[in-house]
Amino acid sequence: MAATRKTSGGTRPGLIFGDLWEFDPAPETADPKLKSRYDLFIDGRFVRPRSGRTFDSINPANERKLAEIALAGPADVDAAYRAAGRAFRGWAATPGRERGKYLFRIARLLQDRAREFAVAETLDGGKPIRESRDFDVPMAAAHFFYHAGWADKLEYVAPGRIAGPLGVVGQVIPWNFPLLMLAWKLAPALAMGNCVVLKPAETTSITALKLAEILQDAGLPPGVVNFVTGAGETGAAVMGHPGAAKVAFTGSTEVGKAIMRQLAGTDRKMTMELGGKAANIVFDDAPIDQAVEGIVNGIFFNQGHVCCAGSRLLVHEPVAEQVISRLRNRVRVLRVGDPLDKNTDLGAINSREQLGRIRRLVASGVREGAQMYQPPCRLPERGYYFPPTLFTRVTQSHRIAREEIFGPVLSILTFRTVDEAIEKANNTPYGLSAGVWTDKGSRILRMATELKAGVVWANTFNKFDPSSPFGGYKESGFGREGGRQGLLDYAHLA
Amino acid sequence: MNRIPVTKTPKVYIGGAFVRSESARTFKVNDATGAFFGNIPQCTRKDLRNAVEAAAKAGPGWARRSPYNRAQILYRLAEMLEARSGELVTSLVRFGAREADAARGMSVGVDRLIHYAGWADKYEQLLGSVNPVASAHFSFTVTEPMGVVGIISPDNPPLLSLLSMLAPVIACGNTVVALASEKVPYPAILLGEMLATSDLPGGVVNILTGFRRELVPTFATHAHLRAVYAAANGEERKAIRLGAAASVKRVRFTDIIGKEWFADSAQGLEAIRDFVEVKTTWHPIGS
Repeated sequence: MAATRKTSGGTRPGLIFGDLWEFDPAPETADPKLKSRYDLFIDGRFVRPRSGRTFDSINPANERKLAEIALAGPADVDAAYRAAGRAFRGWAATPGRERGKYLFRIARLLQDRAREFAVAETLDGGKPIRESRDFDVPMAAAHFFYHAGWADKLEYVAPGRIAGPLGVVGQVIPWNFPLLMLAWKLAPALAMGNCVVLKPAETTSITALKLAEILQDAGLPPGVVNFVTGAGETGAAVMGHPGAAKVAFTGSTEVGKAIMRQLAGTDRKMTMELGGKAANIVFDDAPIDQAVEGIVNGIFFNQGHVCCAGSRLLVHEPVAEQVISRLRNRVRVLRVGDPLDKNTDLGAINSREQLGRIRRLVASGVREGAQMYQPPCRLPERGYYFPPTLFTRVTQSHRIAREEIFGPVLSILTFRTVDEAIEKANNTPYGLSAGVWTDKGSRILRMATELKAGVVWANTFNKFDPSSPFGGYKESGFGREGGRQGLLDYAHLA
Repeated sequence: MNRIPVTKTPKVYIGGAFVRSESARTFKVNDATGAFFGNIPQCTRKDLRNAVEAAAKAGPGWARRSPYNRAQILYRLAEMLEARSGELVTSLVRFGAREADAARGMSVGVDRLIHYAGWADKYEQLLGSVNPVASAHFSFTVTEPMGVVGIISPDNPPLLSLLSMLAPVIACGNTVVALASEKVPYPAILLGEMLATSDLPGGVVNILTGFRRELVPTFATHAHLRAVYAAANGEERKAIRLGAAASVKRVRFTDIIGKEWFADSAQGLEAIRDFVEVKTTWHPIGS
């Protein structure tokens, strides 16, 4: 049901939906089957941390404690590496056909328990259930399934060379897509015959430890995969351990650089998937309604906790007013609130710390003279929430146009010519992703060529697939995840 | 009276021109018998920055050349080297190489250029892909050159190693600032003269001479060098990695030493793969 009314500033009638009736709550009720305490997963077993310490995992939607998580100290990380080192010879010698079967099993067991994992992911991280249910969990299973099929075809990965495992791989992943990032890291490493020591982010450890249950059920040999939980210190121990033949990190550019410095002087191989400040570029001949949906998906997907989020909107001047006005109308009907509600568009911000960072950067945007728009919306009283936010009159020197906010905040800039759009889009130390909206094929291909970004979405945004390489240029990191290209980053070539 | 030979003033090749160091500094090089050979430019950080600027200017044009065209230019370079290999062999021998090694090194060097000339229009089909995604999108992956790449050459063999490192990097559309062997810099200066007559546009390859300890730190930290490809010792490797972290620069070290540069295993697709970025483009299918 829709009605029209005059928008406050312009003459264009605006559509309104959400403020006529309240939606009834529609919570997802599947049991996430959480334990009250999660131990480390080392050598195929759940073990108490030698550090003797634990920390709490909080539900960011209501600030309630979900579970107690073991804190891995250096001795625990060392035990994990030793277990992985012991397992390596056997795992690497396991025929690819058989290694692949374990990965197929993991994919299937994850599909079996998909809803349970989706609820756990939403409780632990705050993302809308619609996303964890329809994106994170099925995509994680798809990554295991895809890479399973590679395990017995490694001789086709690098023509003219023999591809084999590197050894034990240390991996540290972020909190924005906990299970999915874990799948991106584990699946190619295992398919190639490596063993793994992985640390999930401290605010989102639960689905990794639930996946450990699946690894047990799948009969994966002990030590092939080990999970150590904890915060930055644990991460530094995982990245710096001499037992690692390679480290793979997904997270902020700042931490990525610190790891690169930490590992200077070693011959450790590295893959870095770091931050971004993607331009989403809308030309005057673009299908505007689709573009507006793409812009919304680009910046508000997962509360904007996405390294490839389209956080800088570049709009062609002739359509700027039209795009911005439709965007405001669209943002007004986004539903912010309980992540477990099936109608929620924006869930909870992952942590108090992240909420603080978003608030500080938004305040800097206001202070530096950009114009802020936030739709009227009631945020829950408890929990970490931030309304969808649009900034117009943004200039390239504003912090909100340069720094990664990692929240539901869109900075809008305009341009007049194709060259100006390219120049502005590339004017950033990052280079992870970019979006282009236009009906003109030759322009799409030119933009796709000129944009310095590892992924270019044309007339779409935020699309991912296990077969499609993902990763950045410049300070967004190096190495790829997905496809043959990503698999090769876990290979030793002889 | 015997005729007095005319000696050549050694100059470095930057931006398609032969120049001295901006600092006007030189270092004396003697040949293998200990006799005076010449004064070689002792390039500075400022020379390196000028060379990076020249390479950056040449970059977009070189990257836009068709792979077929880049292949022909690399082949032309091989033609230039083959024709003047006597001169190169003489220079290598003068600085201590055995005649047979120098001659073999030159033939391997020319063949290596041809090897990479052939790669220029082939690597894309091996490194890129069309991705069978599950949604209704056309998703394809292509490579792009990284930009300006710094190359730090080993001393032995001074010319073949430099050629082997340069060729894959420019074959895929990058431009280069290279540091020649500190001990035997003259063959690299000769190579510059051949590059200048090879149809390779000025600025695509720039070759500096000078001291590693003065220049390696700037190779590591210069933010416009998007990658460094180096033969380096442990301490230098650490310095390069530390400097590279500041701008998330790509680093490739070569472990090939001495005679190993002569082998076919010292060439191949991996050296190209390490100096291209991988870009994936998506577009919906339908309507």
